[in-house]
Parts: sequence; C-alpha cells; structure tokens
Amino acid sequence: MKTTFVIDPKRLKRRYRAEKRFHAYGIIAVALATAFIAFFFYDVLSKGIPAFKTVEVQVVADYSQAVADGNYRLAVPKDMRHMASRGWMRTIPMQLVDHPELIGTQETLWVPAEFRVNQYIKGNEGHGLKGKYQTIADELYKQDIIRIAFNWGFFTRGDSKLPEIAGVGASLVGSLVVMFITMILAVPIGVVTAVYLEEFAADNWVTRTIEININNLAAIPSILFGLLGLAIFINFFGVPRSSALAGGMTLALMTLPIIIISTRAALRSVPNSIREGAFGVGASGLQVVWHHVLPLALPGILTGSIIGLAQALGETAPLLIVGMMAFIPEAPTSIFQASTVLPAQIYTWSSDSIRAFGELTAAGVIVLLSIMLLLNGLAIWLRHRTSQVW
Amino acid sequence: MSIGDVFLWLLGGLLPLACIAFFFTRNRMQHREVAGLGVFSRPGYYGWLSVIYMAAPAVAVAMLFSMLHMLHLYDAPFSMLTAASLAAAALGLVASLRLINPDNNARLLVEKWARGLMIVAAGISVLTTIGILLSVLFESIRFFNSVPLWEFITGTKWEADTAFLAGAGRGDEGGAKPHFGAVPIFAGTFMITGIAMLVAIPVGLFSAIYLSEYAKPRVRAAVKPMLEVLAGIPTVVYGFFAAITISPLVVKGAEMFGLEADYTNALAPGLVMGVMIIPFISSLSEDVIHAVPQAMRDGSLAMGVGKAETIRHVVLPAAMPGIIAATLLAVSRAIGETMIVVMAAGLRPNLTANPLEGVTTVTVKIVESLTGDQQFDSLLTLSAFALGLVLLFITLVLNIISALVVYRFKKQYALT
Repeated sequence: MKTTFVIDPKRLKRRYRAEKRFHAYGIIAVALATAFIAFFFYDVLSKGIPAFKTVEVQVVADYSQAVADGNYRLAVPKDMRHMASRGWMRTIPMQLVDHPELIGTQETLWVPAEFRVNQYIKGNEGHGLKGKYQTIADELYKQDIIRIAFNWGFFTRGDSKLPEIAGVGASLVGSLVVMFITMILAVPIGVVTAVYLEEFAADNWVTRTIEININNLAAIPSILFGLLGLAIFINFFGVPRSSALAGGMTLALMTLPIIIISTRAALRSVPNSIREGAFGVGASGLQVVWHHVLPLALPGILTGSIIGLAQALGETAPLLIVGMMAFIPEAPTSIFQASTVLPAQIYTWSSDSIRAFGELTAAGVIVLLSIMLLLNGLAIWLRHRTSQVW
Repeated sequence: MSIGDVFLWLLGGLLPLACIAFFFTRNRMQHREVAGLGVFSRPGYYGWLSVIYMAAPAVAVAMLFSMLHMLHLYDAPFSMLTAASLAAAALGLVASLRLINPDNNARLLVEKWARGLMIVAAGISVLTTIGILLSVLFESIRFFNSVPLWEFITGTKWEADTAFLAGAGRGDEGGAKPHFGAVPIFAGTFMITGIAMLVAIPVGLFSAIYLSEYAKPRVRAAVKPMLEVLAGIPTVVYGFFAAITISPLVVKGAEMFGLEADYTNALAPGLVMGVMIIPFISSLSEDVIHAVPQAMRDGSLAMGVGKAETIRHVVLPAAMPGIIAATLLAVSRAIGETMIVVMAAGLRPNLTANPLEGVTTVTVKIVESLTGDQQFDSLLTLSAFALGLVLLFITLVLNIISALVVYRFKKQYALT
C-alpha cells in the first residue's frame, strides 16, 4: 500500500504568511509601547522646560516710610508697576518691618515679572497682556531691563495664587516629611511581618489568612486607603486633617504590602544551607535571622523598600481624600500642620485656568519624574551591584 | 502641651532610659562572664530583656490612657500621660535591675517577646483590611438608611446637588429630593475600563508573546525595563498628560470625521489608562508563558507545526488561565484608578454609549464628594463611602477569582 503525502503549495504559503503576520503583531505591539513612551516624554519635556525659565524685571525699589506703612505699590516707579510681580511688592512692607534700617534707602534688584508680562516675553499664546503694556515690555526687553533667567525661585518658593511667584519648594518639603513618616512606619513593620511569615510562622490557617490578606491588600485601589485614613485616622483618632502625619500613615499602610512581598522574596532567595549551618552551631531562631539571613537579604529588602517608597511618593488619590490638596503656601514646620505634597501640588495647579499655571504643572511633573527616576535608578543600581548568585 | 510635645517627651525620655537599661545590664553580665562566673545566656540578651522590662510598662500605661480617651471614659491631660508613662518606665527599669539575674534564660524570654512583637506587626496588615472594610461599611449603612439600596443600584439619575444644600444645613430650601441612582456612574466606569482594556490587552499580550518567544536576549533586556517604566510613572502625571495632550487630540481627531467630542470625553482617559496598564498584563503574561514547559513547544514543533501556530494552539491555551488572571487584575486596577479620570474625565454622570461624550466614574465621584467643604455627616459624603464599598467589593471579587485561577494554573504544571 502506498500513501502519498500531498503538499498544497497554496496552503503552505498561507501558513507562512500567517507566521510572518503573527511575528509582526508582536513587533507592532512593542513599537506602539515604545512610541508612546517617546511621545509622552517629548510632550512633557517640551511643555515643562520653558517653566524653568522665568522673566525678571530690574526695578529701583524705593523703601520710603509710606511703603513701610503698607502702601507697597509706592515702592516701585509708576511705569514699572504693571511689569513687576505684585506678589513680590506685597512682601516689601513685611521685609521693612524685619529690617527697619532699610527705610529711606533705595535698592536696585531683579524681581519676577508679572505673569502676563512673563508669558508675553516668552512668546506664549494667550498671554492676556494689554497692547500698551506690550510695547512697554518690548522696549524694556530691548534695553535689558527685562531679562530671561533660570527660575531658581521655583524650587524654593511655596504655592501662590500668582503663578510668577509660585514654586514647588513647600510641596517638596511636604513630600519629604510625608515620605519620612511613611518610611519609619512601613519599613520596620513590613520587614518584621515578612520575617515572621517567612522564618517563624507555622503553616496553619492563621498564617494563610494573613498571606491571602496581604496579597489582597496589594491589589486594593489606593483611593480606598484614603477612605480608611479619613474615617479611622482623622475622624476616629482625631489626627489633624491635611497634616503630614495623616498622609504619611495612610501611605504607610498602602506601601506595607509592597514591602512585605518584596522582603519575603528577598528572604526566600537566601539559601537554606545558611540557616541550617547557623542552627547547627546552636544559634536560636532570632540569632539565625538577625546574624545571618537578614544581612544577606538586605540588598533585596532595600531595593523593595525604595520601590515601594517611590510608589508612595507619586501617589495622589489617598492624599486628596485626607485633605492634602488645599491651597497651602507654606512648608510645614510640624507633622501636625497642614501640608501639601508634590503630586497634590501638580494636581492643584493643573485645575487652575490661568495659562501660566499649565507651564508650572508641566515643570512640577518634570521634577516629580526626575525624583522617581532617581529613586528607581538607585534601586536598580543597588540590585545590580549586590546581586548574588548562590 | 500638644500631641507633638508628648511624642517628643516620650521619645526623649524613653530612648536614654532604654540605653541605660541595655548597657547597664549587659555590662554587668559581661563582667560576670569575663570573671568566669556562670551566665546562662549571652550578655546582650540580658540587655534586651532589661529594655523590654523598662518599655513594656511605659507602653502599657500610654495605651491605657489612649484607650480611656477613645472610649470617652476619662480625658487625661497630655502632661499627666507623659509623666505617668515615664514613671512606669523608670519603675520598670529599677525592677529589671533587681529582677534580672544570671540564672534567667534571657534568650528564651527575649525570643518569646520578639515573636510576640512580630505577630503584632503581622496583625497590622490584617487590621488594615478590617479598617478599610469597617470604615466603608459603617458609613455605607448610614447612607443606605436614607437612600434605599435598590434605588442606588438601579436608579439612573444621580442628582446630589440638593444633598449639598442639606449638608450645608439648608435642606429645606432646595425643594427637590436628591437622587442617588448609581447606574450612570458605573456605566461610565465600565466604559473607560473597557476602552483601557481594548488598548492594554492586545498590546500587552503581544508584547509578552514577542518578548518571551521571539525576541533576542539583548532586545528583551532593553524592552522589558522600558515597559516597566510605564508602571512607574505617577498616575497624576498620566492624568495631566491625558487632560492636556490627549483630550485635545481626540477632539481634533473627532472633528476630522465630522464628529463632536467633549473635552472631558471618555476616550482620552481610557486610552491613557490602557497604556498605564500595559506592563501589568505584559509582565504577568510573560511569566506564565515562560512557565509553560518547553517540552510542549518541542512536541508541537517536531510535528512540523510552525512557530506562530505552536504559540497559538499550544502555548497560549496552556497559559490561558494565567493570562485571564492577569487581565482580571488589570481590570481591577483600571476600575480603581483615580487620578487619570479625576483629571481627564467629566464630573457629570452621563448614561451614554458614546465614548466621545463626557462620563464620570466611581472614583471621580468619591474624590469630588470628599474634597469639598462638606459636613462629614452629609448625604453626599456618605455616598462616597457607599461607592467605595462597591469599589471594594468589585476589586475583591476580581482579585479572588484571579488568585484562584493562578492557583489552579500553578497546580496544573506543578509550579511552586
């Protein structure tokens, strides 16, 4: 009996084409994701970089007695009053209260320009500057009385209703304080929990419940942690609303599962022979963990903690719920004071309709992204440097 | 004396006391050990035991006062709390110096205390879950006392504006009764989630297939971290991007087709959310595709089946449970995502099937009703907790299903 194996060339061609198509789908998918990342970073950078430049005006400030009494507009020559920032002018009387010896003197200095002048000089659409002031601004710019300079104040000043003197300084301090609280709460509790589950706990239903619970917690939407913070920390325990403490505790609970999960992975990667060796020479359970397992797992624990904290740093939703989005121009001086954080500051600015705030928002986004990049880079570097193959 | 001062005083008092307790007791035992007199445990353990004896009464006293304060039984002034706590610590220190002797099995005692502390730490995560559950449950029950559950689930009209008046103490002026029908809100949530999944599933899945089956190691090493960058970008940044860049693009694009789109359309946040979710799907799917045994691929290739055909007919069906689990997790992530929709989606509940119109979502409504100057008891505030309860329920169910699917998948291939 003879069988023939018939190859249908048409069908074969079709199959080969399908093979090629399938391969192409994969490449297209990766290319799409890459293109998005490229577009995203290009867009954010091109929007935000102009905000790091600010427009300044040179004025001769006249510290007369009338200015010290509160009529701050008199400090600036009449033709400059529409050029210089009103926010700056308002600070003069207070400055004179602190330095009474300045009264009666004059000072030449560069001050932030009013935001419409700022936008006009930068050549942005929708600057809203009136025609007659446009000509004055052009003239002053030609005479180098108006200049474009790097916006150092953006990093030192707090929020303001006037975009030319608004900055991320206060919110950076707020973020730092909140992160500190989150760190000192979440890292020790998380590491201890992981050590207990991985090294000590018996395999019974209690342990399994805790494990399932932690995995679940890691997948719960962050906004629900905000509801917890509002209902339990603020309304029940009476922690002040909008305070760094309320925000830090809420974020600590949110970060906890991430730290626990990564610490457990790090502990699991330490080979058992090390534990057995230590037990063999008579170490107790705590000694085995403290002297041998934890030091070996430390790089992994640090990496996981940094990634968890970076995530908490970029988190906004639960902080909005605990009230950290109000207009808060000052950096906090205690953990019970109302404060704001960088992502919340970005959100507040993004909902403002003045165009100059859009630029500030993008600049804030760049600052936030740089910090995230730095933290994640640190984590990757740490993992790379200390990675150990057993 | 403020709470801050209490913390400062307690820390400033307890830390030096702890140092005294530790070093004093340890050195005492060290001297004995050096002198050749018997010591049962290592000297350090006696030091720690002394710290525990010192700290335990202080913490107990502080807890007692806080408990009394919380139950409104007795309101101790802060200064009294601090003084009592520090006094308890001092007493404990003196007692520890007298009680601890070299015959104690200090190691065993310290390990027992350490174990107890670990269990307390592990309990915090359980307490967190209970806390979330209780906080949304209690307020939701109060909400459903005034708004029937049936109206909430099936009502198609969400008009909470009059609840705002009631919240401001002017309930009689508004006249009209507020409506809390959540159907439009859920519809908006599912529409944006659906758009996100339409982006994330194809791109994420094909990226995973490409990376695990086709890509050379060098390409893989470059592309994988890049995809993970997408997961690390803060959501407020995505929200800004969706609102400022993508929304106007969608409006312009719709104009080209002669359609009219809102600036708060559902498409922009949906697309951006989809991109945010790509790495969740791709990395989880890649893991399960990677876990499919090589023997199955080899068997299929040996029969003369092409590579793509092997992936389609052998690898993907085998990995399907894991892929489904990844998708469910991604859906739960999308439903709970807040900042993108808060910044780019609308505020007005809108029951529509047109993605170019503005819709609102559960998370937007929660944020909106909790960030105003509302009394905590107002119906609008309570409605946020009711929506939170629904959100919690949906995500829990999705997470549990996906965990079960993964569990069965792992069992099937005997993975640990």
